[in-house]
Amino acid sequence: MKRIDIPKIPSSEITPQSAYMNRRAFMAGAAGAAALATPFLRHMAHPQAVEADTQKLATVPSKYSSTGLQLTSFNDITTYNNFYEFGVEKSDPSHNAWRLKTRPWTVKVSGLVKKPKTFDIDTLLKLQPMEERVYRHRCVEAWSMVIPWAGYSLSEFIKQCEPLGSAKYVQFLSLDNPQEEPWIRQVDLHWPYSEGLRMDEAMNPLALLTFGLYGQVLPNQDGAPIRMVLPWKYGFKSAKSLVEVKFVKNQPRTTWNESAPNEYGFYSNVNPNVDHPRWSQKYERVIGAPFWKARQPTLMFNGYGDQVAYLYKGMDLRKDF
Amino acid sequence: MTNRSIVTLKWFVFPACLIPLGHLVYRGFTNALGPDPVATITHRTGFWTLYFLLISLAITPVRCLSARLGWLIRFRRMLGLFAFFYACLHLLTWVWLYSGFSVQAMIQDLSKRPYIMAGMAGWLCLLILAVTSPMFVLRKLGGKRWQRIHRLAYVAAIAGVIHYWWIVKSGVLTPWRVTAVLTILFLARIVWTIREQRRRKLRTAVAA
Ligand code: HEM
Repeated sequence: MKRIDIPKIPSSEITPQSAYMNRRAFMAGAAGAAALATPFLRHMAHPQAVEADTQKLATVPSKYSSTGLQLTSFNDITTYNNFYEFGVEKSDPSHNAWRLKTRPWTVKVSGLVKKPKTFDIDTLLKLQPMEERVYRHRCVEAWSMVIPWAGYSLSEFIKQCEPLGSAKYVQFLSLDNPQEEPWIRQVDLHWPYSEGLRMDEAMNPLALLTFGLYGQVLPNQDGAPIRMVLPWKYGFKSAKSLVEVKFVKNQPRTTWNESAPNEYGFYSNVNPNVDHPRWSQKYERVIGAPFWKARQPTLMFNGYGDQVAYLYKGMDLRKDF
Repeated sequence: MTNRSIVTLKWFVFPACLIPLGHLVYRGFTNALGPDPVATITHRTGFWTLYFLLISLAITPVRCLSARLGWLIRFRRMLGLFAFFYACLHLLTWVWLYSGFSVQAMIQDLSKRPYIMAGMAGWLCLLILAVTSPMFVLRKLGGKRWQRIHRLAYVAAIAGVIHYWWIVKSGVLTPWRVTAVLTILFLARIVWTIREQRRRKLRTAVAA
């Protein structure tokens, strides 16, 4: 297996982006990784380009927003990510995701639909009014955040896709491009990243097709330019950097479930009563909180039971975890 | 190396071993433990436990490389005890920050999760090593028995590495480095034991 060893900078040393880009370019060069250095050098020539990418995104308030929560800082949301296409450490995506090109970008709609279509990202941005939705975000690794996302209900998009009656599931596929996501070659998962929902779950208004956070377009490391957000499920259910939405008859393959079926179920609803083999799910660590106050109880369906519990009536959530 | 210079060197090595802790405390006071301070503290203390364990295990094979390195043995106990020290801090993060001092939560964790069991097995080995580390215990036990007990250092390191492999997600290979180091140390140990045995046999043959 080939390994690209790029020295890590702890998040404690977060410096202005332009400054660390310089340093990384120097380190990559010193390591003799000429192939890697070239794009670094290009960035070095235009360090401000990175910051100019942060476009504002106008939003309207939403009735689906959770209230009374303290937001996780923008810095934590953008430097503590699980996005294995850009590395396995939490800080990796913030260092590596600048390779992702978010324009031009299209989302293919395929499978059991009246007519296959391809949407341009700029069309999707204007399809519906952009809402700001503050959601709790719970990772299966027992940590949590509160994030002000920007997007609109997936159901609005699905209506435009005109799925057939035979479509029982929706599959989400993420970008699979080792040129821009070199870690794909090193991480032993079945790419492209695939996730899925039952049709009725997908039509629930909480399921958010997401384009931004904190009133600006998604930073690359958070799944730019378009991703899913499913606040009542563990974070990995919300696929990032979507390139295809497929309507299918049978339950689609989902990446983490394929990797370890006893650890990650298809549903993966947040559930404090069903432990992951390695972590208790009863409590979570609140990201950004001081270490002596970070532990808080996890809520059933991450606190969204009123809106989503009906979807799972009659199901044994211990079996269908 | 003279006895004097070894004692002097110890005055430098001892505070140096506290640097990882100092760094964590400094990061704590400057609010620089990152977005997930609990994980940062747990991971740093876990890694330093492993590093000190591996360094103290490396002393015997490194000594064998040259007679001039014999003095290294005088540092083994200190380094081993630092492994135990960091393991205790690491255990404390679990007791406090992960379990919130809840005995029930800890029992559940211990009975359900193999990675916790492996970690605990490693810590218990280190505890036994620490308790039997003073000179008077060695004298009381006798060299042979003491040595046999102190092979637990290898068991602790193996338990620690298994613990680490069980924590990372399937598909993640970050523990391969420490695994490689431990394997090399093991092989060195085996080669050394075989050579010693052969030498002893030769000696008894000559004596006869
Ligand atoms: C020989 C003793 C031990 C060694 C060498 C050791 C080593 C490690 C290392 C290297 C990590 C970091 C793994 C990573 O960054 O992915 C870790 C994490 C951890 N260890 Fe240990 N450990 C030991 C004993 C224990 C004990 C006794 C406990 C508790 C009973 C424990 C609980 C944990 C926990 C909760 C984590 C964090 C898991 C997570 O990230 O979810 N360890 N340990």
